[in-house]
Amino acid sequence: MRKTVALILLFLLTQPIVFAQKHRSLTGDQRIIHVLNRLGFGARPGDVERVKAMGVEKYINQQLNPEKIADTVAENKIHELSVLNMTTAELYEKYPQPGQLLRQLQARGMLPEEMAAEAPNKNQNTPPANPLENEKNRKVIEEYYRENGLQRPQRIIAELQASRILRAVYSERQLQEVMVDFWTNHFNIFANKGADRWLLPAYDRDTIRPNAMGKFSTLLQATAQSPAMLFYLDNFQSVSPNENQRRQQRQRRGINENYARELMELHTLGVEGGYTQKDVQEVARCFTGWTIFQPRGGAAAVNAMRGEAGRRNPGTFFFNARVHDDGEKTVLGHKIPAGGGIKDGLTVLDILAHHPSTAKFIATKLVRHFVADTPPQSLVDRVAATFTKSDGDIRETLKTIFFSKEFNSTEAYRVKIKRPFELVISAIRTLGADTNGGPGTHRWMERMGEPLYGFQTPNGYSDAAESWVNTGGLLERMNFGLALANNRVQGTTVSLSKTNGEQAKVMDEYLKTLLAGDISAATREALLKQLERSDPAAKVVGLILGTPEFQRQ
Amino acid sequence: MNRRFFLKSGSIALASVGMSLSAPSFLERFVLGNTPGNSKRKTLIAIFQRGAVDGLNLVVPFGESNYYESRPSIAIPKPEAIDLDGFFGLHPSMSAFKPLWESKRLAIIHASGSPDNTRSHFNAQDYMESATPGLKSTSDGWLNRYLRSKQDSDQSLFRAVSMTKTMPRVLQGRAPAVAMSNLSDFAIRAGKSSENLQGGFEAIYAREMKDSLAGTGRETFEAVNYLKKANPAQYQPENGAQYPRNQFGTSLLQIAQLIKAGVGLEVAFTDIGGWDTHVNQGNSRGQLANLLTQFSSGIAALYQDLGQRMDDVVVLTMSEFGRTVRENGNRGTDHGHANAMFVLGNGVKGGKVYGQWPGLKSDQLYEGRDLALTTDFRDVFGEIATRHLGSTDAKSIFPGYSLSPSKFKGFLG
Repeated sequence: MRKTVALILLFLLTQPIVFAQKHRSLTGDQRIIHVLNRLGFGARPGDVERVKAMGVEKYINQQLNPEKIADTVAENKIHELSVLNMTTAELYEKYPQPGQLLRQLQARGMLPEEMAAEAPNKNQNTPPANPLENEKNRKVIEEYYRENGLQRPQRIIAELQASRILRAVYSERQLQEVMVDFWTNHFNIFANKGADRWLLPAYDRDTIRPNAMGKFSTLLQATAQSPAMLFYLDNFQSVSPNENQRRQQRQRRGINENYARELMELHTLGVEGGYTQKDVQEVARCFTGWTIFQPRGGAAAVNAMRGEAGRRNPGTFFFNARVHDDGEKTVLGHKIPAGGGIKDGLTVLDILAHHPSTAKFIATKLVRHFVADTPPQSLVDRVAATFTKSDGDIRETLKTIFFSKEFNSTEAYRVKIKRPFELVISAIRTLGADTNGGPGTHRWMERMGEPLYGFQTPNGYSDAAESWVNTGGLLERMNFGLALANNRVQGTTVSLSKTNGEQAKVMDEYLKTLLAGDISAATREALLKQLERSDPAAKVVGLILGTPEFQRQ
Repeated sequence: MNRRFFLKSGSIALASVGMSLSAPSFLERFVLGNTPGNSKRKTLIAIFQRGAVDGLNLVVPFGESNYYESRPSIAIPKPEAIDLDGFFGLHPSMSAFKPLWESKRLAIIHASGSPDNTRSHFNAQDYMESATPGLKSTSDGWLNRYLRSKQDSDQSLFRAVSMTKTMPRVLQGRAPAVAMSNLSDFAIRAGKSSENLQGGFEAIYAREMKDSLAGTGRETFEAVNYLKKANPAQYQPENGAQYPRNQFGTSLLQIAQLIKAGVGLEVAFTDIGGWDTHVNQGNSRGQLANLLTQFSSGIAALYQDLGQRMDDVVVLTMSEFGRTVRENGNRGTDHGHANAMFVLGNGVKGGKVYGQWPGLKSDQLYEGRDLALTTDFRDVFGEIATRHLGSTDAKSIFPGYSLSPSKFKGFLG
């Protein structure tokens, strides 16, 4: 008996820590910090007090309704990024690919004189192989671009990346930006695949942003009809196998299953979501003819310069009924009758958006993003239930997460490792730094291994740290912290306090600013030993940004 | 914390548990266990020619009259090609490869590549790196799957290194790998204060025990300090090797340096671009010729520099697809199908062009225009993984493919 008591006692002595930590709720201040970290990109100076004054639940509800939040600071910051407001057709006109432009100019006998003379065979008027390889040509082309008000296509993605950074740093609609990041990653597209560079501004503006907090089915359809996705996953060239054989041979086209497969595996059902290879084939048939009008812009730039309007709307979605497979199909057990035309694809999207596997898959991903790398199953189940009940209402689904005990528990507090985008933005925000969002800042995300729109494959960057935390990346995180604290991140300026007061005080002040004081005794002690008399702030901030604690949110 | 996280980031720290605190670091273990002579560690250096090199001007089928008929202005004239076997010849710019061919250390696999018919650079590179042609959703690269297929108890942080700015598809996956554009970047970079600040971070990461990141941090600094000792800036290539003075040359030089440093390098990767010669490709001279000089002289320098160490090293080159047999209206070539791969090393049965030659007559061409495929690239990769790197489970590296030694070409015996 005594033995048993002793055993029970021992058990109680060793176990409570685990038990107590499980779902112990956060203190008031912790909850505010947690919400600012997860529903946004970290607290700017003054944010904690602001949220405290209005009440954290009110803040959450406000964030769930971004359209009601004024956002002039962020709007002003992105004002000068002209690509954001251009149609895809305008982008093709103003940001042509030099090689493509030269070929078109050549075809019309419009090559710049210096280049026509340079061409090895004047009769053929051939432009040099890689026009940008030789110095003289580069100058001629530069001059030509300048005279005609043209810009290099690389500029498009640089501006789009800058807009993402600026909005994440300055927008009051923090949750909106988090969700834009989430969906951009979920429906990933790689900027360096062919025409996607020109198609991405519209993707961000017209496909992702307006639907980031709406109905999942609307978002899904928007991505399915977005030229960026149609190009990235090759559906724009998928045509019915029954189509005229000769035409097919000439263009080497046929049915393409890429989109159909990723649509189910990555966008909706998940890899174990219960579809077969036969379903992939049938879905691919349903989407034949979902394509892009002049996917590479045609001769938009040259036509514009000659004052001729090209064909209307290059780079936009259209349904080409001529190449659609109009036979009967069966998708996940549903019969889709022959002759449905564009409705075939719409029906497939509807079936997928409302499939129980989709609810489970999206719920898992959201909980992993907002709560923990290993999502608690109890919460996933409730979130999936809300998703289903609300007809895929993203706002309602998020609410279930934000007001759950799992989200608001110490178990979830500061456990997620920040992805490179989150690390860079949170460092800039917590220090109250100023940024132009330019390539100097973006370069650091690239060095850490996650450039925006730079992930090649359709699965997007992983939200679970195990798949990307590595030594090289960690080193770059430390280097970034040092660069930022010492104003060596081009386009970003931080002003640290010049107080040369007691060093430990300066350090504690920054531990409070950057980490709300959440630092282990070991780290604090190690930091203390590093303090120096001159300019303590830059060093201590650089080091804090590189601590294991600051890598987490 | 699940097990896989440790495999990724904490394996070294775990492997050290049980040794005294002054136990040799993982790198010292390699240096001690890897002295020349008793070393059994094999290394693969994989080089990707991005943009699709024209395999028909790389390894010229000068014995085919159709070759000359299809390429009136860009063909390599027979007398100018470096004769290999009376039928094939190397592009004259690749004279650096001639001695390697003659000493039978260079093997060629012609008409090889991906069975998928895509002619998109993006898709084809993707397929070549994932080694699952036609399947986009494979999340890891084949070299990463190789690393996972053969667990290594002495797993080094430098087991897999890519000398590229970002991690290439081929090495993405759960097994640890490091990507860097230059060895000197793998450091705390803060000018004069670098050392002082590195010391600060080392102190922080040495003290913090609970956070899983701390283990990663400690390994990182072990690696940084080791590289510092190796002093990349002072490296002198041996045997009179002269690397081209460009990014490609530097990458190869630093790979050689890592191999010599005995840091446990098993898989190295780098790439070289500029092969997409649609316009004015040139023939014995010109655009492609210049690039091939860089390419072959870089690899030959690496070979020379590594000297006897090439007993344990294999160099493999690849490119996403070949180019059209017929030249186009701009004296260039467009996207094609099968291509040529090189395999080099002291253990390679070289001096031979492997693979069945499908011919260049109109009816022998793939889809009426391209060199047909007779060797699937997975048979080449598989032979290297099995017979050079010693994988006992090469099947797991190539999901959905029935890998069989009977299909190996035999360039590794």
